[in-house]
Amino acid sequence: MDNIILEMRGITKTFPGVKALDNVNLKVREGEIHALVGENGAGKSTLMKVLSGVYPAGSYDGEIHYDNQVRNFSTISDSEHLGIIIIHQELALVPLLSIAENIFLGNELATNGVIDWKQTFARTKELLDKVGLNEPPTARITDIGIGKQQLVEIAKALSKKVRLLILDEPTASLNETDSDALLKLLMEFRKQGMTSIIISHKLNEIKKVADKITIIRDGGTVETLDCHNEDISEDRIIKGMVGRDMEDRYPPREPKIGGMLLEVKNWNVFHQHHRDRQFLHDINFNVRAGEVVGIAGLMGAGRTETAMSIFGKSWGHKITGEVSMHGKPVDVSTIPRAIDAGLAYVTEDRKHLGLVLNNNIMHNTTLSNLEAVSSAGVIDNHKERTVATDYRSKLRIRSHSIYQEAVNLSGGNQQKVVLSKWLFTNPEVLILDEPTRGIDVGAKYEIYSIINQLAAEGKGILMISSEMPELLGTCDRIYVMNEGRIVAELSKAEASQESIMRAIMRSGEKH
Amino acid sequence: MVTETSTQKTTPSIGDYLRNNIREYGLLVALVVIMLFFQVVTGGVLFKPVNITNLILQNSFIVIMALGMLLIIVAGHIDLSVGSIVALTGGLSAIMLVKMGIHYSLVVPLCLILGGVIGAAQGYWIAYQKIPAFIVTLAGMLVFRGVTYVVLQNRPIGPFPKEFQVLSTGFVPDILWFANPLPGTITNLFALVAVLVLVGLAIYAGLKDRASNEKHGTENEPFAFFALQMGIIAVVAIFLGFQLSTYRGLPNVLVVMAVLIALYTFITTRSTIGRRVYAMGGNEKAAKLSGINTERLTFYTFVNMGVLAALAGMIIAARLNSATPKAGVGFELDVIAACFIGGASASGGVGKITGAVIGAFIMGVMNNGMSIMGLGIDYQQLVKGLVLLAAVFFDVYNKNKG
Ligand SMILES: Nc1ncnc2c1ncn2[C@@H]1O[C@H](COP(=O)(O)OP(=O)(O)OP(=O)(O)O)[C@@H](O)[C@H]1O
Ligand SMILES: [Mg+2]
Repeated sequence: MDNIILEMRGITKTFPGVKALDNVNLKVREGEIHALVGENGAGKSTLMKVLSGVYPAGSYDGEIHYDNQVRNFSTISDSEHLGIIIIHQELALVPLLSIAENIFLGNELATNGVIDWKQTFARTKELLDKVGLNEPPTARITDIGIGKQQLVEIAKALSKKVRLLILDEPTASLNETDSDALLKLLMEFRKQGMTSIIISHKLNEIKKVADKITIIRDGGTVETLDCHNEDISEDRIIKGMVGRDMEDRYPPREPKIGGMLLEVKNWNVFHQHHRDRQFLHDINFNVRAGEVVGIAGLMGAGRTETAMSIFGKSWGHKITGEVSMHGKPVDVSTIPRAIDAGLAYVTEDRKHLGLVLNNNIMHNTTLSNLEAVSSAGVIDNHKERTVATDYRSKLRIRSHSIYQEAVNLSGGNQQKVVLSKWLFTNPEVLILDEPTRGIDVGAKYEIYSIINQLAAEGKGILMISSEMPELLGTCDRIYVMNEGRIVAELSKAEASQESIMRAIMRSGEKH
Repeated sequence: MVTETSTQKTTPSIGDYLRNNIREYGLLVALVVIMLFFQVVTGGVLFKPVNITNLILQNSFIVIMALGMLLIIVAGHIDLSVGSIVALTGGLSAIMLVKMGIHYSLVVPLCLILGGVIGAAQGYWIAYQKIPAFIVTLAGMLVFRGVTYVVLQNRPIGPFPKEFQVLSTGFVPDILWFANPLPGTITNLFALVAVLVLVGLAIYAGLKDRASNEKHGTENEPFAFFALQMGIIAVVAIFLGFQLSTYRGLPNVLVVMAVLIALYTFITTRSTIGRRVYAMGGNEKAAKLSGINTERLTFYTFVNMGVLAALAGMIIAARLNSATPKAGVGFELDVIAACFIGGASASGGVGKITGAVIGAFIMGVMNNGMSIMGLGIDYQQLVKGLVLLAAVFFDVYNKNKG
């Protein structure tokens, strides 16, 4: 057990204009679960990309010792040969191919180029059993949920004789049940002697599974904590991450709730693709000025679809119902009209729906409200720069300048850019869809503070989140959704994890 | 929170700067090298005033169409029909001018509108019916070529009235003839003065921009680079201006082209429309969710392309002094190649007007130089193909290395 399987020494990695890693050290023992934590942009993903050969030897300084030998990986397959498998922050599955095809993509079980399907399916079945996924090998990736997709990635890793499994935020988009299943699996693997490195911002999970925790801050190693020597509290980890004590996870707020802002009545929506299936049924809800309203529910409850169908009918079809602002019906039939009506929607899928990745921070920030930085269709460069610079510092977007391309930002900072874009449209009601997914504790606090400030200015906030503690910590009122219906409305006093779960269960029984 | 906003910032060195902008400088250097190469192998013919004039006349329409094509490629589409639109609008202008005797001042705007309508017809299917541009414009390429054969009844029409020919073969008259200090060498003083004034204005604007950047705390490119770049452009421009002034002066098409280049550079870099096209090409879904009417924007990029293709069609017809159903065959390929050589990305969202213009000139100089050398059309195609591949490889190589 005391065998060191991996040691990274003095790793330094520079991108043009930014030093992402500065003399980082990491030591991992064979058979342990080693957690890597740190704020957004601290350099966690970069370190793992160095390890797995995404950034080839020579593009960084420092040494990688694996199995007591110095290794210079120049491609990902070099590291895969030695059993180092990385599952990236963004899943890399082909949506229209089957589970089996995805698992053996690039490693097809074939003789002379002819695929042996029988063996492929049999092997896939075996692997799926190992990860506890009960789906036929022929199911297409698009047709299974994101939690199951994550398990397919792991099955794929297992198919490659993995010794060191690296998971970059595997649970960021999973609900609690799926996350738990995944963590159990990791612990199972540990029993069988496999080593894993897990990156996560969910500290409770880290606490549950990790043997060691290495904390990275500003591109440097801060410390490695041994969870078996002492009882490491979440606050202790946070202290290492942000460099000081954090008193509270949720900033305090004095709610000052005013008149009616957004009201949605009898909202019915049919499915975007399965056109004769009704997906949302009789949705009624409202948001008042200065109020933070949450929508709780499991994955697939229809929360995102509700928000998007209201925001310019950008999801679904055969949409009926009424939307009003300040008690007057408004037209939200196109996105520009919804924006004019005072709505803004911060998507949960920032990569595909939120950002223009090859544009810089500045261009992304002003995209939804170019009129405000231009006159007669001509952009005022200085005004635009000022706006972008303001938001960059207000939201503490970690980047070398406003000219950094969004694709090169860490996940959390990308989220802040999307948020900047919508704050700049100066909406009356801001709809936030999983606004803190993949975001570190410090940045979460900042986002909650922004929410509070907006509420204090008299705006309405509608927050969709799968993290119940977050909803309970920030919302004045919570709607619970299940299977396309609103099944409960809970005041702050009534709301608790139990009452939310109970509402979901009860509605499940009825249908 | 007291966390630091930015990660450690290392000031970009000249090397970094060069690496980040290698594409643009590389392109300019490539053009200069290609020009010098042909200047040598053609024994000095390339830079003769007559040949420079020819070069401009022969390439103007490729440049003009590349402006529209760049927008389309940046938006994430392609237009294969421009060669056929050239033939059709050229043919229709001939019918109106020659057969129907309509005045050119009416024919020119009519043809431009017609080009816009043709572009709209294609844009409708692409933008609103979501049919891939490749397919729609492939169909358009066949359809409009066919229509041209029908309306011209398979015969060339010409010649055109003099006033119409002036559009592409005329020169700006020397309004400064009285002040000419060297009547022996300089035959059109205005050409030289105009170029000098423009170079002066460009340098002034550049300096003003730097000063205002400085005032607002925005980083400038290193001064050495600015000076070098301006220097090269000024020397080349003044040299060309001088050469032209010893011949017949500034061709009218050069003026048209220059105005259009300036206009489209402005649109792509400074206007909200330009910004939206880039955003749409970079991520259509995100652009749509940001409140951009992506359908309408796509539609108008094709309308715009149609108008520019119609302009090119008239210039070509006027230059050849006859409209033939075979006009513009294969032009779409030259135009698209110019954009890709100029650094546009086939997946959309990336590309610059200056790049496309330089790309068009690289193609033009190669065409012209190889013709002077007496290379057959076969070898010309081969060389152009290889240059296109090399340019795109250079892009990909740079990106992967970065
Ligand atoms: N290709 C790149 N070019 C320039 N800078 C980059 C590039 N990739 C990453 N960076 C920068 O390096 C730093 C570290 O990024 P990294 O993605 O490793 O952060 P992270 O710790 O994984 O954050 P998160 O928790 O948000 O995922 C960030 O400041 C980021 O902007
Ligand atoms: Mg990361």
